[in-house]
Amino acid sequence: MIECKNLTKRFNQFVAVDDLSFVANKGQVLGFLGPNGAGKSTTMKMITGFLQPTSGNIKICGLDLFENPLQVKNKIGYLPEGAPSYDEMRVCDFIQFIARMRGIEKKLITSKVDEIIDRINLSKVYYQRIETLSKGFKRRVGLAQALIHDPEVLVLDEPTDGLDPNQKHDVRQLITSMAKDKTIIISTHILEEVHAVCDRAIIIADGRIMADNSPSELENMSKYHNAVTFEADIEFSLLDEIKSMSCVRDVEYHAKRKKITVYPAQSIYIFDEISDFLKAHKIHVTRLSMEAGRLDEVFRNVTLEKNTSHQEVA
Amino acid sequence: MNPMNTIIKRELQGYFSTPIAYVFIVIFLILSGVFAFYLGGLYERNQADLSPFFNFHPWLYLFLVPAVSMRMWSEERRSGNIELLMTLPVRQRDLVLGKFFSSWIFIAISLFFTFPIWISINYLGNPDNGLIVASYIGSLLLAGSFLAIGSCISVASKNQVISFIITAVICFLFLLAGLPMVLDFFAGWMPQILIDSIASTSFLSHYSSINKGVLDLGDLVYFAMVIAVWLFATSIMLDIKKAD
Repeated sequence: MIECKNLTKRFNQFVAVDDLSFVANKGQVLGFLGPNGAGKSTTMKMITGFLQPTSGNIKICGLDLFENPLQVKNKIGYLPEGAPSYDEMRVCDFIQFIARMRGIEKKLITSKVDEIIDRINLSKVYYQRIETLSKGFKRRVGLAQALIHDPEVLVLDEPTDGLDPNQKHDVRQLITSMAKDKTIIISTHILEEVHAVCDRAIIIADGRIMADNSPSELENMSKYHNAVTFEADIEFSLLDEIKSMSCVRDVEYHAKRKKITVYPAQSIYIFDEISDFLKAHKIHVTRLSMEAGRLDEVFRNVTLEKNTSHQEVA
Repeated sequence: MNPMNTIIKRELQGYFSTPIAYVFIVIFLILSGVFAFYLGGLYERNQADLSPFFNFHPWLYLFLVPAVSMRMWSEERRSGNIELLMTLPVRQRDLVLGKFFSSWIFIAISLFFTFPIWISINYLGNPDNGLIVASYIGSLLLAGSFLAIGSCISVASKNQVISFIITAVICFLFLLAGLPMVLDFFAGWMPQILIDSIASTSFLSHYSSINKGVLDLGDLVYFAMVIAVWLFATSIMLDIKKAD
C-alpha cells in the first residue's frame, strides 16, 4: 500500500509537485498519466526515496519512508525512467549485484537470479554485456532488477516507452500477471496502456491531480461517451430533425466521408433512438457504431483545461 | 556481504572490464620509471634509496588521479544509475565509501606493480627498507587525498572533462599551499595566522616529511582528516546535486 499526503516538491522557484495526496491499495495497478513535465517522475522519485519532498508525507505498507528509509526501500522495486544499468556489466553479473545490494542471502542469490531470469525471459542474453542488448532486452533487465526481491510495491516509470508493439504487449502482460498481490504504480503518456493494465488512472498536470478515476469513468467524461456514429446518404433536413430531438446535444457532419456523429445530451444512451429514427426514415446505413469515449480527448481537456474553456467561449 | 564491499567489488570489476585500468597502470608505471630514472637520476646518484622515485609521485598523481576520479560520480549521474543506487536499501555513507575505497584500492594495485624498482634497489645496494615502506604509505595517503577531492568534484559536475580539470586545479593548490606562489596571493590581505594555517595544509610538506621516514602521527591524522572532510563534502554534494 502506498499513501502520499500533501506531497510537495519545489526546485528553487519551480513547483514540480503541488500538494499531491492519494492512496494506492494492494491489488491495484495505478496509472500516472500526464503530459511531459507534469510531475509524474518527480512523484515517483519521492515515493522511492530518491528525492526528499519539500513537504508532505509518504507511507509504504504502513511504514513512514523518512523514519525507516532502508526498510521501506527494501519493500519497493523501482524501474527508473529509461531503465538505467551498468553498460559494461553482463546481465547475470548485474542482476547478482542488485541482489547482493538488496541483502538477499548468499545461498539464495543464485536461485533467485535464475528464477527472475526465467520469468522475464532473459536466459538468451544471460552472459551478454548489457551495452550489446536491444532496447527491449535492456528494459527487461531493468524489470528483472526491480523484481529480484519480490517487492510488495512496484514503481515503474514509463515501462513500455520506446518498445515495439510485441514488447509492449509482453511487459503489460507481465504487469497484469503480478497485479494481484502487489501495489503497482506505472507512469505513462500512452493512453491505450491505461486501458490495457490500469484499474485506476490519476491524471496529473502542473504537479496537481486533475482526475482520479477508473479508465472507464474517465471515458464517461468524454463528449464522445455514448455518441453514435453512422455513415449514410442523408438529407440535411433529416439531420436537423435529429438535432432537434430532446436527447441529442449536437450533430456533426463530415461531408467527405458522409459520416455523422450524434452527441447525446448529458451523455445518456441514445443508440436505440438514433437507430429507430434511421429505420423509420428508411435510410441506408453503411456503418453504425457507439463510442465508449475517447481517453485522449479527456486527457487533453483535463490537462489543458484553461485552453479548452477559452476555445468554447470563442 | 555488506553493501560497501559489494560496491567495491563491482567498481573494481568495472575498472578492469574496460581498458581504463590497463591504460592507467601502464602509463603510471612508464611515467614513474621515466621520472625516477631520467629526471630523478636514480642511478647517477649512486645512493641506495628511492627518493627520486617517490619525489615525483605528487606530480604524477596530479593528472593521473583526477583521470580516475572524474568518472566516479559524473558517470552515474549522466547514465541515471545514481537513481538505481540511491533507491536501494543502502546507506548513502556505504555508497560514498564504497566508491572511494574501490578507486583507492585501484591506485594501490597500480602502486603495487612498481615493486620491481624496489627489488632492483635492494639488489644494487642496501636501502633503508623501513623508509621505503613509509614512503609507499605516504604516496598512498596522498593519492587517497586527491581521490577524495576528486570524488566530491565528480558529484558536482556531470561533465567528466570539467570534473578532471577542477580536481587537478584544487589538488594543485593543496599541493603547493606551502609555497610562495600560493601564499603570495593571500599575503597582502590576510592576517599572518591564517596564512600560516594555509601553509600548514600543504600536501607537499606533509608528504615529504613522511618521505624522510618520519611516520609522524600528525601527518597520518592530517591525511585521514583531509580524506574524511572531502568524503563528507561528497555526501552533502550528493544531496544537493542528485536531483538535476
